[in-house]
Amino acid sequence: MRLAEIKDVLQCEVLTGQEDLSAEVQTVVASDGMSEILAFARPGALMLTGLTNIQSVRTADIANVRAIVYIRGKRPDKKVIDLAREKNIPILATGLGMFDVCGMLRELGLRGGM
Amino acid sequence: MAEELLRKTFQVRGRDFDKAGETAAEIKQILKGLGIDSGLIHRAVVIAFEAEMNVVMYASEGTITFVLTDEDIRLEITDNGPGIENIEMALTEGFSTASDEMREMGFGFGMGLPNIRKNSDGFNIESQVGVGTTVAAMIGLDSSA
Repeated sequence: MRLAEIKDVLQCEVLTGQEDLSAEVQTVVASDGMSEILAFARPGALMLTGLTNIQSVRTADIANVRAIVYIRGKRPDKKVIDLAREKNIPILATGLGMFDVCGMLRELGLRGGM
Repeated sequence: MAEELLRKTFQVRGRDFDKAGETAAEIKQILKGLGIDSGLIHRAVVIAFEAEMNVVMYASEGTITFVLTDEDIRLEITDNGPGIENIEMALTEGFSTASDEMREMGFGFGMGLPNIRKNSDGFNIESQVGVGTTVAAMIGLDSSA
């Protein structure tokens, strides 16, 4: 599924990576715990998290995550967005909560990393 | 005897959360540049990143030494942190001594050391309370992800 479709479904704002929204993702990893992301993300997964600090982007980079969606209306600092841009990791932000986002993406055919 | 091809030691500053993870990212770039298999890179950088976060969270300083030989990737992480009282407990998934601050950073859910061990073909940890901790991890170049 293309990031652009995910953006529309979740009514996301694009914080960086507008030019990469044609990228496809098939799996999703969702957690506020970074070790869980590192343990369960498949390469190229979409990462859902409520953690908006710089470690979220570093974790995404280490785990080879394709893009990040920040949930619950959270917004990162500028330095976080700058690092994501440097690492070519698009960042989307939605006002929806974790449960709803996971449910919606699962209905659309996306799956977890297990 | 394995032949050593590359050795690099990085200094890690404790409590420097903005920079935490830079060493793992640098090791990732080095391994990518050398054309190492992406599954092996993934395992090595997860080890490096988790270990780096442990140093930043618990110690005032530490080092990460990265060695590439013709047989394996080795990582040795040493810190001057408080040490681990019960290593067996620390290696149990879910066991954590993290503070609220660490959890707010997205770490300290009791998965760091287990993640390091899971991604290693060889793993050793030595710790002395009040002195520090050394973690050594090895990934064989011929091992699968």
